[in-house]
Amino acid sequence: MSTSLTDHDRALLAGEHGEASRMAMSILTRMAEVQGAEALLDITQAHIDSALYMGDATLEYAERLAGLGAQVVVPTTLNVAGVDPHGWERWAVPPEWAAKARRQMEAYQGMGCTPSWTCAPYQTEARPEFGQQIAWGESSAIVFANSVLGARTERYPDLLDICAAITGRVPAVGLHLDENRRGGVLFRLGDIPSAVQRDDALYPVLGHWIGSVAGHRVPVLDGFEAVPTEDQLKAMGAAMASSGAVALFHAVGVTPEAPTLDAAFHGGRPSEVIAVTMDALRSARADLHTAEGDALDMVVLGSPHFSLEEFRTLAPLLEGAERHPDVRFLVTCGRAVKLIAEKAGLLGPLERFGGEVTVDTCILTTPMLPAETRVLMTNSAKYAYYTPGLLGRAMAFGSTVDCVRSAIEGRVTRDESAWT
Amino acid sequence: MDVTAATAFVLEGHALVAGEAAGELLVAHEPLSFWGGYDADTGEIIDRRHALSGLNASGRILAIPSTRGSSTTSAVLLEAIRAGKAPAAILTSEVDAFLALASIVADEMYRTPLPVVALGLDDFARLRSGVRATVERSGRVRIGVGR
Repeated sequence: MSTSLTDHDRALLAGEHGEASRMAMSILTRMAEVQGAEALLDITQAHIDSALYMGDATLEYAERLAGLGAQVVVPTTLNVAGVDPHGWERWAVPPEWAAKARRQMEAYQGMGCTPSWTCAPYQTEARPEFGQQIAWGESSAIVFANSVLGARTERYPDLLDICAAITGRVPAVGLHLDENRRGGVLFRLGDIPSAVQRDDALYPVLGHWIGSVAGHRVPVLDGFEAVPTEDQLKAMGAAMASSGAVALFHAVGVTPEAPTLDAAFHGGRPSEVIAVTMDALRSARADLHTAEGDALDMVVLGSPHFSLEEFRTLAPLLEGAERHPDVRFLVTCGRAVKLIAEKAGLLGPLERFGGEVTVDTCILTTPMLPAETRVLMTNSAKYAYYTPGLLGRAMAFGSTVDCVRSAIEGRVTRDESAWT
Repeated sequence: MDVTAATAFVLEGHALVAGEAAGELLVAHEPLSFWGGYDADTGEIIDRRHALSGLNASGRILAIPSTRGSSTTSAVLLEAIRAGKAPAAILTSEVDAFLALASIVADEMYRTPLPVVALGLDDFARLRSGVRATVERSGRVRIGVGR
């Protein structure tokens, strides 16, 4: 089959709008053929993960496009970068890496992208509307945009997201289309006791497990005792998009496309109904926890990037306390949220606690951790999922309160009462 | 060669990105995220939860049902292609856009596309690690033959 193109698409492909647009449209149309798209459609916003420096190839790609004069044609935000230009020198980042990561950042800024440098662009003014067709990279942002905001994006991989931003066009496939947003598998939470439902660790743990069993089906969750907060949904979605390929979930009575169970399934029936059990959650929680013993070198929060609300929740937990001298305490967030948190007086408690903030990047995307930092602890399933493979380090997993307590005591400690 | 003609067979796949390759099969029946799962400098599978953890896919024909997780998978595969540490070809059970994209961009940038062939679930289930295979431009995959 062949994708039908408009006159404008063909003009781009013929190089009539410059070589950069030709290259972007060539990649897009080849992808449209691979995906069996009947046509392309317009997008009105993009979020770019390609600016993350991974090595010479991603830098050459960025500089090729920039050198050809590429400019984005829709409002476009940038995901995390390969370096925190405000403070990489305080960490173990090699200068050569920092220089190349900076070049890649500059290439994308030169294409007209907004220097948001966050994996949570929905925490800024670039928050898409319900039903808006967008092209987003970054798996955790994709699942948030689709599920929590009801915007429409496919899972745009690095390299392709910028092609969409340069042309304003994407293959009309997947989650851009109504029929693919229908719920697939139903997860019932009725057997999960209140003590666990009140623990903020439920959301990353549940997401980690659902991601591993949902496959390509859209998960629908029913039975939350309380309406989850935006940050809890953020944590859950990021977990699903790490252990699985989930790009959209519905939570009945919570997310905008699922006011009712019936609406979540578009009037149809689930392909499968699964009761979430404590056994499944316990085993998912254990899977996230790859640390042995109670040794601890660093606590890290903020994957996806910490929100203003999370800073607000964290501040009173830190007030009057101090981290153990042998345990660093790091929060990763976007530069805009850091600025707002500072103005709101929320960074004071963190500084007095002995904590630090890194912006624009995170521990997974820049080689910042010193060799002596061997065991980390987090409340994030995404950090917990990727740290062993990407960083070769063990990660303890616990709730936010567990993380703060462990930083104070200087050893990994978790409140097990709800989970045993 | 220890594979007899009797065990050799032919699969007709769908070439997402066409190309020729020959090598030893490395097969997993669970998806893989290349980001956090594939070392682009060495070709080692580094996802410590994955069945292929610790094995090296460079120069082999890697068979995975699909990718999962991070949208950085395409960038990692592009880095591996540039570094000469990518698999010789990738076979999947379904159309995987992330893998196809890395190969298409490698073609645009370096004129070195990586063959990517989707086989379908039943054919994919017949693949075994350690067996030789050749991939043809048409998407045909010959199992149990090759150098």
